Amino acid sequence: MIEVTGLTKDYGPRRAIDRLNFNAHKGEILGFLGPNGAGKTTTMRILAGYMPPTSGTAQIGGFDLIKNSIDIRRMTGYLPETVPLYNDMTVFDYLKYMADLRHMKNGDDQVEEAILKVDMKDRAHGYIGNLSKGMRQRVGLAQAILHNPEVLILDEPTIGLDPGQIIEVRKLIRDIGKTKTILLSTHILSEAQQICNRVLIINKGRIVVEDEPEKLQMRISGSHNILLRVSGSVDALIPFINKLKGITEINKHGDNTLEIKVSPSVDARPEIARAAIKNGFDLLELRASNISLEEIFLQLTHDDSMLASADRVNNAVEEE
Amino acid sequence: MKNTWTIAKREFNLFIISPIAYVVAFMLMLILGIIFFANMLIAFVNTYDPTVQFIIAPLVTLFLFSTPALTMRTIAEEHRSGTLETLLTAPVRDWELITGKWLGSFMFYLVVIALTWVFPIILNFFVDPGIDQGLLVSGYLGVTLLVGVFVAIGVMTSSIFNNQIAAFFATLGILLVFWMIAYPTQIAASGGGRSILSYLDLSQHFYNSFLIGIVAVKDIVYYLSVTVLALFLGTATIEARRWR
Repeated sequence: MIEVTGLTKDYGPRRAIDRLNFNAHKGEILGFLGPNGAGKTTTMRILAGYMPPTSGTAQIGGFDLIKNSIDIRRMTGYLPETVPLYNDMTVFDYLKYMADLRHMKNGDDQVEEAILKVDMKDRAHGYIGNLSKGMRQRVGLAQAILHNPEVLILDEPTIGLDPGQIIEVRKLIRDIGKTKTILLSTHILSEAQQICNRVLIINKGRIVVEDEPEKLQMRISGSHNILLRVSGSVDALIPFINKLKGITEINKHGDNTLEIKVSPSVDARPEIARAAIKNGFDLLELRASNISLEEIFLQLTHDDSMLASADRVNNAVEEE
Repeated sequence: MKNTWTIAKREFNLFIISPIAYVVAFMLMLILGIIFFANMLIAFVNTYDPTVQFIIAPLVTLFLFSTPALTMRTIAEEHRSGTLETLLTAPVRDWELITGKWLGSFMFYLVVIALTWVFPIILNFFVDPGIDQGLLVSGYLGVTLLVGVFVAIGVMTSSIFNNQIAAFFATLGILLVFWMIAYPTQIAASGGGRSILSYLDLSQHFYNSFLIGIVAVKDIVYYLSVTVLALFLGTATIEARRWR
């Protein structure tokens, strides 16, 4: 649905994004992760048709970004990072205005529907200027999904929302993502983990890594980690665990906790549990402790280690 | 084209709810009223009949100075608040945005122009056998065309700036330059240079024709061309800003 080739944008001498290549398919939610100033917003603005790239091309639904800008804008919904809205309009009037600009038949019905989807029915006829940040965010989202677009570009869609709303909005995004293509940027890594099919980590205008969130964790850590906590001192247990199949490394954390590294092909948890109980330990906790996306993100976007980490990821891919 | 109308309606409504539009319209009517009664008094004291030119000539000057205050907001504000991003990522062509902004503001001015008709109607009671209808029609036609030019230049300038105040002064500057560009040549120069500057001068096409009852095709074409040119430049500015 989205095919990006060699996309580059310069702001004067500063290169904001540098030869980006990626694609996104129908029914996919592609997450865009990166520190501030990495080029996420620039990429999204270009794809939404706000500004042209310095070089490179992109196709959305078979349309060329520059030649068929209007066609692309027709099939794309876009939520800008700053959620710009007209404070002097009511929610309904604003959405109706945007619906009119999109020449939508049954504009009123579709506006009502969008308002329901973002749960703003009780504030539909209130002025936007009186809304809280979270509510403005939802109005912006309603504007983006108003015309039921094939492609949805969301720049930090859950920022400023309260926890309840975040869950609602994520659910909405997941639902839409089943049949449409969604490109979303976020700072919240757990969010990417929860709703994205694929994650693209971008730093200093370049894509550092691209993969499914789960696979990314596997690649980086290279193994499964298991956390074991028992009552009493754990030292006596170590030799028994060491005998089990697939154990590569055991680290002690405190008196009663072990971090056990296991080769990815084995699920050693049942064996570990049995070993602990058989040897007279009370099992308090036993869980898989994968390296979090946060850690991956920090590793990959940290200036010095960036290239090294990227290499590690690539090596891991080759080994697989 | 449909988008032009959608944007124009929104722009017009924005004037209707905006206090600055009412302040400007009120001041304009007030000043025009004072000038009108002063001119009436002078005419009666000196025992000659006042004409509609007493209304139309100051009206044009008032529009010259008030237009920048009303058009400065049009695009600069959308840019500052970021709403331009939503508009430009909707399927709206750049020229539709500019012409929509122009049309909306122009429609508001048409309402103001209609309000000033109260003065010729009053005047009509005082002169015998009534005011010169030809002068009235040609004068108001000229005013309307000129306002079209003023608003187009205002919208064009507003598309250059993020800051309304900058847009205000730039518009005023551009309008004044083209309002008086032939003025120095009337004293000194002669020949080709003079006729070119006279042709470019916005006021020459008004004072020497519409105001004195002449409706010439060349003046109408001139005003319409300047309007279209300004709207074209405004569109080009929006286009250029995308590339920055």
